[in-house]
Amino acid sequence: MTPHTMFEKIWQAHVVHEEPGQPSLIYIDRHLIHEVTSPQAFDGLRLAGRRVRRPELTFATMDHNVPTTARSLPIEDATSALQMDTLSRNCKEFGITLFDLASPEQGIVHVIGPELGLTLPGATLVCGDSHTSTHGAFGALAFGIGTSEVEHVLATQCLLQERPKTFLIEVTGARPYGVEAKDIILSIIGRVGTEGGNGSVIEYAGDTIRGLSMEERMTVCNMSIEGGARAGMIAPDETTFAYLRGRPYTPKAFDAAVARWKTLPSDPGARFDRTLRIDARSLTPQVTWGTNPGQVVAIDSRVPNPAELSDPNARKSAERALDYMALRGGTPITEISIDRVFIGSCTNSRIEDLRRVARFVKGRRVSSRVYAMVVPGSQRIKQKAEAEGLDRIFKDAGFDWRESGCSMCLGMNPDTLKPGERCASTSNRNFEGRQGKGGRTHLVSPLMAAAAAVEGRFVDIRQYELKEN
Amino acid sequence: MEPFRTLDGLVTLLDLPNVDTDQIIPKQFLKRIERTGFGQFLFYDWRFIDGTRPNPDFEMNADRYRGAKILVTRANFGCGSSREHAPWALLDYGFRCLIAPSFADIFYNNCFKNGILPIRLSEDRVEALFERVRATPGYRLTIDLEKKTITSGDGLAYGFEVDEFRRLCLLNGLDDIGLTLQHEEKIRRYEASHTAV
Repeated sequence: MTPHTMFEKIWQAHVVHEEPGQPSLIYIDRHLIHEVTSPQAFDGLRLAGRRVRRPELTFATMDHNVPTTARSLPIEDATSALQMDTLSRNCKEFGITLFDLASPEQGIVHVIGPELGLTLPGATLVCGDSHTSTHGAFGALAFGIGTSEVEHVLATQCLLQERPKTFLIEVTGARPYGVEAKDIILSIIGRVGTEGGNGSVIEYAGDTIRGLSMEERMTVCNMSIEGGARAGMIAPDETTFAYLRGRPYTPKAFDAAVARWKTLPSDPGARFDRTLRIDARSLTPQVTWGTNPGQVVAIDSRVPNPAELSDPNARKSAERALDYMALRGGTPITEISIDRVFIGSCTNSRIEDLRRVARFVKGRRVSSRVYAMVVPGSQRIKQKAEAEGLDRIFKDAGFDWRESGCSMCLGMNPDTLKPGERCASTSNRNFEGRQGKGGRTHLVSPLMAAAAAVEGRFVDIRQYELKEN
Repeated sequence: MEPFRTLDGLVTLLDLPNVDTDQIIPKQFLKRIERTGFGQFLFYDWRFIDGTRPNPDFEMNADRYRGAKILVTRANFGCGSSREHAPWALLDYGFRCLIAPSFADIFYNNCFKNGILPIRLSEDRVEALFERVRATPGYRLTIDLEKKTITSGDGLAYGFEVDEFRRLCLLNGLDDIGLTLQHEEKIRRYEASHTAV
């Protein structure tokens, strides 16, 4: 029998209709929606007099522009409030389950999907958000779609899709201390570039990947889109099954489901269109210096000098980025001081991320020059963190402890940088103005962000190992 | 969706690679619940100083480019967020055709759903277009989707490739949902046999 990749198995199991010269019609098992990219889709349905085909397969939450101040306070921004009300009305009209601001299950759509067991191995899952790639950590085929496609899924539970190419990234070897999942994916993006994965689904494999927790796997898959790939995936295994067992929306016949899920991993000898191998032992903590996630270097190196770049496009891009970031080529990364720290986002706001940060900041203080905030990814995470006393540790160290949402990852709510402010951020995009007009974003791991908060500048987290041992 | 057959239009330039959808339409404008009216916010932080005065350093703001329907730009245009507000803003501003060496996947898809034709050309050809447009005020191109050609009065003639299915959908302004619903019977059969995950 021909060996197949995990992607091929899932794809093939979801083809509803195929004919030569046309995209495939594939079935969608789970559809997640939020307030920003859904209103126009529901309008489209109403305009055409269409219904939602399978309302029980779509789940909604509010995350992008929700305030992270106390839930008891009114929403000051009227347009944000209208967008949230619109989602509530649409969900009610079309019979869709909604986790709204009052719900104990509310949170970032890519955090609550896995948390509630809505994200399952072997499933197709889509959402009107590019970071839907996150859910691939469970061995699902998960990707972001536009609003027209949201409408298409609501109306038909299917999508017309070109079959993507496959890209295997194998990471092997023991990770050095201080190298987090975030550093693995930032290193990968630095290598393949921001469009290296265009047209592809990435499968991350190798013993380093297999050794990651589910939270860490989600961090890796989450940023696949920053390397241009719509989807990233990791084969399900005992780590996956243990994470899912007992979660509310998982199959009742769980063991039978596990038996099916065990057939998903790529067969030995399966062919990928492209392969990249990375030695984890060579990886270092990463910091972005520019205005796209591919503009990234090791903490112990310097801001690149554009004049030394041979590709004219890369040079032009670097010059512009340095100008925006107010950085000079040749500056050591550890000499860059910061004003703000953001710990949160669908990349790094899960309980494990918060535990690691708390362990580091316990007994330390946020620099007096820095305003630092921790935004848990969901209400469940917030409750859990508080039950474990993490909130006390954060507050004692000088962090602001907030309600759950996307927050300053994209600054649609009031959490934004002021012009010229520089931020160490655990989020996924360092685009110009992403966290606020004129704001300067450096992407880092949660540990590196915590260390930067304490020192007021970027520091090599590996130094602390020496101090503490 | 409005069909796209041929387009004759003024060409404008955006000389940057990796233009992300956060630049095409910044987040503060994503709170509208309609599909229309986004053109005024296109490239907002680059087009305007303090949100009011046009930025004279932004090439597209020059008078000679007013009314452009075709945008020529650099590699990986439309990367980042999946927001369909990006093609809505481009369309509302007046663009029906984008030409670049490459586009990000989700954005590329979103363009076709809105009657915008994104054309991939080699780096060399895009560079040649940049030179011709800059050297010739009022430079126009004719895009013929039926013949898959790009031509200009100065003798320039390029062919381009586009997926046949997408081409037919654009030519006829076809609605994807309508097409899919023709397979209702197959969808029902799939649902009957599909093991829930």
